[in-house]
Amino acid sequence: MSRNKIFSTDHKTIGIQFLVSSLIFMGLGGLLAMLMRWQLGWPGSALPWMERMAPQGMPGGIMLPEYYNMLFTMHGSIMIFFGVIPLLVGAFGNYLIPLKIGAPDMAFPRLNMLSFWLLPVSAATVLTGFLAEGGAAAAGWTAYPPLSGTQATMGAGQTFWAAGVIVLGFSSILGAINYIATIVNHRAPGMTFHRMPISIWALFTTAILTLLATPVLAAAMILLLLDRAVGTSFFLPAGMIVDGSALAHAGGQPLLWQHLFWFYSHPAVYIMILPAMGFVSDILPTFARKPLFGYKAIAYAAVAIGAVGFLVWAHHMFQSGMNPALGTSFMIATMVVAVPTGVKVFSWLGTLWRGDIRLATPMLHALGFISMFVIGGLTGIFLGSTPVNMYLHDTYFVVGHLHYVLFGGSLFGAFAGITFWYPKMFGRQMNDRLGRIHFWLTFVFFNSVMFPMFALGMSGMPRRIYDYTQYPALAHLTDINRLMSIAAFCLAASQILFAFNFLWSLAKGKPAGQNPWQATTLEWTTSSPPPHGNFAQTPVVHRGPYEYSVPGAARDWTPQTEEPPRGQG
Amino acid sequence: MGFFPESASSFGGEIDRLFWAIFWITGFFFLLVQAGLLFFVLKYRSRAGRKASYVHGHTGLEVIWTVVPALILLVLTIASQKVWSEIRSPRRMPKDALHVEVLAEQFAWNIRYPGPDQRMETPDDITTINELHLPVNRPALVSLKSKDVIHSFFVADFRVKQDAVPGLTTQVWFTPTKLGQYEIRCAELCGLGHYRMRGQVTVQPRRDFEAWLVETKANE
Repeated sequence: MSRNKIFSTDHKTIGIQFLVSSLIFMGLGGLLAMLMRWQLGWPGSALPWMERMAPQGMPGGIMLPEYYNMLFTMHGSIMIFFGVIPLLVGAFGNYLIPLKIGAPDMAFPRLNMLSFWLLPVSAATVLTGFLAEGGAAAAGWTAYPPLSGTQATMGAGQTFWAAGVIVLGFSSILGAINYIATIVNHRAPGMTFHRMPISIWALFTTAILTLLATPVLAAAMILLLLDRAVGTSFFLPAGMIVDGSALAHAGGQPLLWQHLFWFYSHPAVYIMILPAMGFVSDILPTFARKPLFGYKAIAYAAVAIGAVGFLVWAHHMFQSGMNPALGTSFMIATMVVAVPTGVKVFSWLGTLWRGDIRLATPMLHALGFISMFVIGGLTGIFLGSTPVNMYLHDTYFVVGHLHYVLFGGSLFGAFAGITFWYPKMFGRQMNDRLGRIHFWLTFVFFNSVMFPMFALGMSGMPRRIYDYTQYPALAHLTDINRLMSIAAFCLAASQILFAFNFLWSLAKGKPAGQNPWQATTLEWTTSSPPPHGNFAQTPVVHRGPYEYSVPGAARDWTPQTEEPPRGQG
Repeated sequence: MGFFPESASSFGGEIDRLFWAIFWITGFFFLLVQAGLLFFVLKYRSRAGRKASYVHGHTGLEVIWTVVPALILLVLTIASQKVWSEIRSPRRMPKDALHVEVLAEQFAWNIRYPGPDQRMETPDDITTINELHLPVNRPALVSLKSKDVIHSFFVADFRVKQDAVPGLTTQVWFTPTKLGQYEIRCAELCGLGHYRMRGQVTVQPRRDFEAWLVETKANE
């Protein structure tokens, strides 16, 4: 591979680099989850071969509580920061934006390259924590101080974690600037905002959210680092006594961190779901051979979710000691978000109505997305209700809810997107039969792991608990946890099929041709994979993105570039 | 549906009713979407000769599915607010409540009763570790503090959860309505011993509670 292939400024190469690295990180994050499931299914049982992997965390193969805390912290951090966000935003944003708006490349190709190369730097920094004294960060992916804020309560791994997340923030911001500039300035002639595919609306909204929210996260991380390293007290109040010795900090406020952190991290949830919604909105019309139902409503709903998404952050803090009147206003904003979300779901159903539906792998994942995301969305209403939240907050109900949004939603959306655009990226089709088997196994095992979490939460089982059998009233949950763990191992094993299909099809897949799905948008009007510069000639856009089954047309798809019949101008 | 532990506090029943109201409403939309999805996929599955309709939307339908969920959410918000204000509004905290202070630390609950003088931090205070006793049917006002990191006071049977934040005093009140023993669980990650930060609430008849206070003071 030449130097230009690795340090490439071509948006397609950068997109694929993001894709491959985020899939590898997801594999790693998934393996950490398997270790957790081992401990939850068989608390305190030995995994002898793990002693060699983690002699300090699992002496004799038996997991220590601090190791368990490190596992869920790193699982969440890796999945969110190095998995879902780089996959949905980094990979698809880079790959799709120029191709779908008819541009030869991103507005700032070198900035784009930098945005990718900060990702391995950031990941290496965070993962270095595993080698640090006391292991990697173990204060949860939310890293609430004071636990995360002093050397006395959390070791050097936490410092690496915060430093790495700051680097990642730069990567996100550079990417976001690029997306916004490209979408605003580099659309092909005729590509008005209202002719853009919904995936572009979604990535555009996402870029704005990233640009506005990430600096706040970076600021919070810098303050945390200062508290840890220099002895400032942004988040640390007076009078703390840890392990019998008084700390010298004074004047800080732990809740400040929660406000700053969630001011980023709640919009981040929308950063992780809006692109998936966009892909599904592109894929449904293609496989239902029908225009998207309510195009404008879906596009504006994405913008509305993004806008209101900035006003809901403190619904993570209803029981934090924050003024309860503030809880009321955040509950109202939270309920408001459900409205545009519902509009999207109903519009997708409307797209299927009276369609001509083909169930290829990308469509199965898109349908799976709708089905699973609905559970994630509806369970959010329980948590948004302040009194019900008092019971369910920080229980497994929340863990179930977030996995239905981020796995059931984001990941099924990502699988839909990967299987849909794979032929464009690599010029070959993935095996559809293998793809459908992978979908069904993932769907069944995902639900078998995650759905029981709602029952665990209703039983009052707190999250982030190394050994719930310490609570006699929870000890009866061993059987259900064991079944969930078995399902989790099967879920992980099923992903081998996907990895195999992905790699095997690179060499052996059926050649895809320019437009294997008979789709209408611009990326399908150029070769697969597209050449450097994407289009032989700049495309000219004459119509909306989802013109399927147009009456009187010869075929059931009418590309965006097709000129209108003469006389109807 | 027997997952919930039986409610043992005055407003536990109200929270449960709110939960089940949301359950049935969201359950209806859950079934509606899943059934619609399945029905459309089966009914409009591609076969020879089928052609999809060229439809871009329907304003009437779109207004309905915006307005109806908005109204339902409005009702849920109002119902939630009613309970929330009853539980959390400082003005509605009962005046005659028994006052208890809980000081959380890694990884224990330090419990303090004001004693006969009704004031904290005086020599007649009664203190215990991890053992909270409360009289039945009398409101209890728990003031939460923390020595080190954030903890969360969670009694599932009472449907009560409140974080204990260093540097702040947070308050939560409830009225235990059932005799018995219940677990206090820490619900906010507080370090390596988080999982074993367990306390116990014992709800007793008033006379037994008074006797326990005297006995505990004598054993101090």
